Amino acid sequence: MTVNGNKPKFAMYWAASCGGCEIAVLNIHEKILDVDANFDVVFWPVAMDAKYKDVEAMEDGSILLTLFNGGIRNDENEHIAKLLRRKSKILVAFGSCASEGCIPGLANLSPVGEIVHTAFNTITTDNPNEIYPRVSFDVPEGELRIPKIEKVLRPLDLVVDVDYYMPGCPPESHQIAAVVDLVIKVVKGEAELPPKGSVIGAGDSTVCDECPRARNVKIIKEFKRIQDIAPVDPTLCLLEQGIPCNGPATRSGCNARCPGVGAQCIGCYGPAEGVMDYGARLITAFSSVIDATEPEEIDRILDGIPDPTGQVYRFNLAGSLLKANREAWKVK
Amino acid sequence: MTDQFEPTIIGFTCNWCSYRASDLAGTARMKYAPNVRLIRLMCSGRLDPTFVLRALSGGADGVMITGCHPGECHYIEQNYKALRRFLLLRRVLAGLGIEPERVKLVWASAAEGARFAAETTAFVEEIRKLGPLNWGKVSDELSEISEPVHEEVAA
Repeated sequence: MTVNGNKPKFAMYWAASCGGCEIAVLNIHEKILDVDANFDVVFWPVAMDAKYKDVEAMEDGSILLTLFNGGIRNDENEHIAKLLRRKSKILVAFGSCASEGCIPGLANLSPVGEIVHTAFNTITTDNPNEIYPRVSFDVPEGELRIPKIEKVLRPLDLVVDVDYYMPGCPPESHQIAAVVDLVIKVVKGEAELPPKGSVIGAGDSTVCDECPRARNVKIIKEFKRIQDIAPVDPTLCLLEQGIPCNGPATRSGCNARCPGVGAQCIGCYGPAEGVMDYGARLITAFSSVIDATEPEEIDRILDGIPDPTGQVYRFNLAGSLLKANREAWKVK
Repeated sequence: MTDQFEPTIIGFTCNWCSYRASDLAGTARMKYAPNVRLIRLMCSGRLDPTFVLRALSGGADGVMITGCHPGECHYIEQNYKALRRFLLLRRVLAGLGIEPERVKLVWASAAEGARFAAETTAFVEEIRKLGPLNWGKVSDELSEISEPVHEEVAA
């Protein structure tokens, strides 16, 4: 740890996430030196050694900025979320997992028992004695404890109060750099923070707005998987080619990176400004391009989307309006 | 009084046809189940699937969408859009573990008060059979990780 106590303190934590957010932060290249020059990094498990008890010993509100990535999947995640909330002035739900559940949130469609079973006893797992993890286990030295998995994965704001949301899986590095710049300016008194609850580090339009592809009249007779089309027209709107592209409902800010290189938008930047339910907006978008009026034909075309729920809620299930399973959200 | 389950239904009706059908059913003193709360839209094509999800998340047990018969839309073909949204929405709801039968689409013209009344009553009965929208279903099956989960899964 640095000994310079005058600089504002910075923390970053990962809960249930893949680690991509940490890589994205490091990927801001030389800007990371600005972080070091302007902040005292007090807690960042992936980058430096610090213990939970070090954080517990800090004064409440003593950390200026905490980037929290990952959803709340177990009681350890929840404990640290509450701890960092107490210690931080600005808590940012960083990345799609913390903001809206992301890919780990898709597990909310399955009971916990099934998830554990899949992880510990499938054909790819060598587990002849069917050993499963237990929350507590007695050994001669005492009791060992591992975090207890909760019924569902929750976005950060269902557990603690969140100041800002930064979408993306992971957030784009240029967006992270812009946010770091902004906070540094705020510290120096050269800028003001946006209103609490704002989405930062992203645009307020849709991916389609940034997409370079040509859009004409979108009318399709068939939905197709992108790998089944050869070749994909490099200049024409993907949805117009029958590829379910999530761009129409997805927040801009990534410079339409995926459609720009010929892959459909899968929606990692979350719902665009003003969209209450991401999936519902996509249902509207996909429905409006279908060129059919007979129920049978519409159904046949819809068969081209093999997993409609996963398609329209790939990143947003845990943060959706229905949240898949409302009862289970009342964990605590 | 019986203590049978009384479902809460939200009905989205089109200004030009089915809202008038419900009006006709009323002025003609037709009897039908009182469980539906109607919300008038200018067209079934105005129906954002968000409205349906909002209704279900807010406590509705079923949602009835009504519009003009195919080919008779005041706005030319917006009821076909409603049909396509409805069909995709049902698939998504099924994936979320919600019975797709909880959302129903009915075509009724302004003259079809009797049809509106009959379809409403039939839908209320269908939802009554399904029971309240049971959000707890999945969580009830959840097991504690400290339990021998593999036995429960195998069962």
